Amino acid sequence: MAGEIQNPIIRVRDITVQFGATRVLDGLNLDVKRGEILGFVGPSGAGKSVLTRTIIGLVPKVAGSIEVFGADLDSSSTSQRRNVERRWGVLFQQGALFSSLTVRQNIQFPMREYLRVSQRLMDEITMAKLTMVGLKPEVAERFPSELSGGMIKRVALARALSLDPDLVFLDEPTSGLDPIGAGDFDELVRTLQRTLGLTVFMVTHDLDSLYTACDRIAVLGNGKIIAAGSIADMQASQHPWLRQYFHGKRARAVMG
Amino acid sequence: MNGDPKLERIAKGNALALCATGTWTASFAPVLERMVTDAEKLAGSPQSIFIDVSEVAKLDTFGAWLIERLRRSLTKGPVEAQIAGLSANYSSLVDEVRRVRATAVVDSSPITITGMLDQIGRAVAGLAGTVAGLVDMLGAVLAAGFRVLIHPRSLRLTSTVHHMEQVCWRAVPIIVLITFLIGCIIAQQGIFHFRRFGADIFVVDMLGVLVLREIGVLLVAIMVAGRSGSAYTAELGSMKMREEIDALRTMGFDPIEVLVLPRMMALVLALPILAFLGAMAALYGGGLVAWLYGGVQPEAFLLRLRDAISIDHFIVGIVKAPVMAAVIGIVACVEGLAVQGSAESLGQHTTASVVKGIFFVIVMDGVFAIFFASIGM
Repeated sequence: MAGEIQNPIIRVRDITVQFGATRVLDGLNLDVKRGEILGFVGPSGAGKSVLTRTIIGLVPKVAGSIEVFGADLDSSSTSQRRNVERRWGVLFQQGALFSSLTVRQNIQFPMREYLRVSQRLMDEITMAKLTMVGLKPEVAERFPSELSGGMIKRVALARALSLDPDLVFLDEPTSGLDPIGAGDFDELVRTLQRTLGLTVFMVTHDLDSLYTACDRIAVLGNGKIIAAGSIADMQASQHPWLRQYFHGKRARAVMG
Repeated sequence: MNGDPKLERIAKGNALALCATGTWTASFAPVLERMVTDAEKLAGSPQSIFIDVSEVAKLDTFGAWLIERLRRSLTKGPVEAQIAGLSANYSSLVDEVRRVRATAVVDSSPITITGMLDQIGRAVAGLAGTVAGLVDMLGAVLAAGFRVLIHPRSLRLTSTVHHMEQVCWRAVPIIVLITFLIGCIIAQQGIFHFRRFGADIFVVDMLGVLVLREIGVLLVAIMVAGRSGSAYTAELGSMKMREEIDALRTMGFDPIEVLVLPRMMALVLALPILAFLGAMAALYGGGLVAWLYGGVQPEAFLLRLRDAISIDHFIVGIVKAPVMAAVIGIVACVEGLAVQGSAESLGQHTTASVVKGIFFVIVMDGVFAIFFASIGM
């Protein structure tokens, strides 16, 4: 485990993903360090979600290797893979809550599957998670269809954090939220990262999130990482898309 | 390196001191819970209570909460339990957990006899609502139909043709195949049993009357209810779930006119065609079996068929088809629009659509039988 601390928590090497004739990711390399919040940006349709889904294992890759927690997911056995899956949580773009289960049952679903603990403890932990993501306990008995967009994101985050993972993937967590809600969410991610020692892999379009929440930023373009570094590095970059992104009208507004 | 979690009591005079060691994380949650539950029972009236966590190697929400729970349950008396030796890394996590209010678990209501009677009562009372919903939809569809008659340009022709393709053209192979097989089976059974009386040839009468009056249309209607009724419910239901129907309404479109009417028209046009094709396939299958198994020559079969049936039989069958189609379509659309937000609800309404559709088709068939009997057809 000592080696794991220096090694990146996710190590992506030369992965290529292809849908039919279109090559979405082309020999992409990426490292995510332990304990950081990595913001992942790029133009719409560049393949940000595809990379996330490839790392999680939902999209097959043509070539390359992915190591998460030091384990190569292609060569690992089913039980090793389950072990890794238990240590990560995923927040999907639309929340992907189970619509026929209540909020409480949604959050308890992974616990029920992986831990043999009493109903009482599960209920208490559920309340703790709801408090952490800033929701009231009354929400617990509601169904996903009775929640607002922001609440769905929060519940989905609570479910992603249900087993206290070391790593969470957030796919556009602030899209569709009002600016205040989005700001709260960024704050929340920061707090959780500090309190739980999370590593966060966040796909986002939100410049505010990049400025306030992220430690490091990686930019995807033409199927490759075209830049990675701090926000200052991004602003100094001469790449045309980055210049437009970080020096455009909206970026200037965010920087004040 | 990270040992199993332990919770030990340290004797310290009048004080109650508990020392937590090891890894307090989710993977050890079952062990941790047992230890904490045992420790909560430690009674006595000590002057001070300490929970020492300085030896804890790793802490997450589960561990932090269990320590907090222990602290709370030990703080029953006048003395407040203290957490000691908390490292800076974990203090914010413990603070976070401390904000959690312990709320009583709302248990779902247990199953009781009164509860079951209550449900039965509600279901029976709901029947009237079901019929009212169907009549309501029938009215809405007719009103939309009249509007289209007055303004023929507002007819969604493309949509209607698309649904015709789905429910009529694409249904032809399976409907023809199944009715053909049913025709074969009826003929085979008829010949097998009539032969004992030397009345083989009457199988043609039976086949003709049964297929044209009843089987042709009833079987096809049941298949269409299962095939297209369920599809309508699922389509409209998922559109309802994704607020697509609300979107239509806000743009000034009537969902009945845009979504329901084309589907209803397609179904009402499709079922007579399918019923006709089905009847022909069944007669063909019956004739084939009568020839190959019963030795009835095709010429004899056709001659006998011409004597046995009249155009009345055919009319009685085909008149029912559009009415049954309307019933199936209305049930399917009512159920589709009643879908709530969850996937489970979609499943329930799709099931209800098929079950109610078939039920009403058979009820309609009975009503028609009484009607035709009383007018002597």
